[in-house]
Amino acid sequence: MVKIVLKVNGAERTAEVEPRTLLVEVLREKLGLTGTHVGCDTSQCGACTVHLDGRSIKACTFLAVQADGRNVTTIEGVAKPDGTLHPMQAAFREHHGLQCGFCTPGMVMSALAMVERHKGKPLDETTIRHELEGNLCRCTGYHGIVKAIAAGAAAMTGGG
Amino acid sequence: MYTFDYQRPATLADAVKLHGASDEASFLAGGQTLIPTLKQRLRHASVVIDLGAIADLKGISVSGNTVTVGATTCHADVAASADIKRAIPALAALASGIGDPQVRNCGTIGGSIANNDPAADYPAAVVGLGATVHTSKRTITADDFFTGMFETALEPGELVTKVSFPVPRRAAYMKFPNPASRYAIVGVMVADTSMGIRVAVTGAGPCVFRIPGMEQALTKSFVPSAIKGIAVPPGDLNGDIHATPEYRAHLIGVMAERAVAMIG
Ligand SMILES: Cc1cc2nc3c(=O)[nH]c(=O)nc-3n(C[C@H](O)[C@H](O)[C@H](O)COP(=O)(O)OP(=O)(O)OC[C@H]3O[C@@H](n4cnc5c(N)ncnc54)[C@H](O)[C@@H]3O)c2cc1C
Ligand code: FES
Ligand code: FES
Repeated sequence: MVKIVLKVNGAERTAEVEPRTLLVEVLREKLGLTGTHVGCDTSQCGACTVHLDGRSIKACTFLAVQADGRNVTTIEGVAKPDGTLHPMQAAFREHHGLQCGFCTPGMVMSALAMVERHKGKPLDETTIRHELEGNLCRCTGYHGIVKAIAAGAAAMTGGG
Repeated sequence: MYTFDYQRPATLADAVKLHGASDEASFLAGGQTLIPTLKQRLRHASVVIDLGAIADLKGISVSGNTVTVGATTCHADVAASADIKRAIPALAALASGIGDPQVRNCGTIGGSIANNDPAADYPAAVVGLGATVHTSKRTITADDFFTGMFETALEPGELVTKVSFPVPRRAAYMKFPNPASRYAIVGVMVADTSMGIRVAVTGAGPCVFRIPGMEQALTKSFVPSAIKGIAVPPGDLNGDIHATPEYRAHLIGVMAERAVAMIG
């Protein structure tokens, strides 16, 4: 077993892991952060998307030991501590960006990463759809998700 | 996954030494191929040597007529690099079309070419642009590096350190992606370089290859119509549920013409 220290949602967390333990397993099973979902476990669906040092990654395709000493943000770190939803989460609720909700944590984490990456540039529908290539949804048909991300991005940048 | 030991050396020399000390060592770069393969138990490693802490292996530099990309530079960094967009826009565009954002944030050029997946994008750039692969032991020209399906000239324990690309006069990459994975069903890099016109094809065959007939025709006349009808025999091409060899042969012509049109 190896001891690792992760900064998860701003707080330092330690865990004993095997080298083969995946980051998503540590988050869900050792740290109780079950908001990060495992959909496919084969690097396709993006339900397990978290941010590592500010960039989106698939936590099912990343070893926990690789994240040692680094910053991890999960869906639990997105809303305010008092439960007030982040503008992107509020936009998903407002614009029917979810049905069953299984893909939603990954969608929101990808949405936040794409806003960050396109800082200052408009997020049009084509860009959003291209940026969502790593996230699958079996319910919505994506239309509500795309609308939600456009609205959430606008709300985050003060554009409406 | 089978169990393995994990090491994160800080220097290239330590990484090579650790590899030499074990029978079944694997380097780990972005993990976007290695981790899925380990998960499926298609592969076993006694020790996984993470290259992520070796600062020398990461980064992009442009000097004179050469763009150098460190082995552990991720696809997203190549896609976003202002230097690469200026010097070789086709290379930045190719990197921006690999997989999806999460894969691009992890996957690396060194991992991609060392793995040499027949459907990977980077081999077309390395061969099409006539790049040089630098390793822990030597330098290898692009034409000698990729030797077959998932096969390269790398010896056991030999590490890719960087890839240097001579800046072409002009170049374009066109890919017909698998709509699910974004891997290339067929991808063609056409480049007008100081070594002449080069046309490199990925996705279609067991390994990236050049098409001398198209290169000669484009040398005479650099217009899409110059390569119309120059066919690659489907007998040597891949067939799977996504595309037959005949369809891939057809797509090579279409993608090559589109690349020439985009440049012209
Ligand atoms: C969902 C998904 C979609 C993808 N789509 C595409 C696509 O559209 N196009 C495409 O080209 N690729 C695609 N990929 C592959 C991806 O882009 C990576 O390039 C690829 O996984 C290998 O890079 P890596 O850094 O992840 O290597 P790793 O997985 O870490 O390693 C791969 C192999 O290379 C070896 N290795 C790694 N670095 C070195 C080095 N410096 N020297 C010697 N050996 C080394 C490792 O030991 C291992 O055997 C996709 C992957 C996924 C999961
Ligand atoms: S669970 Fe990680 S990509 Fe599907
Ligand atoms: S809302 Fe059900 S998978 Fe997306």
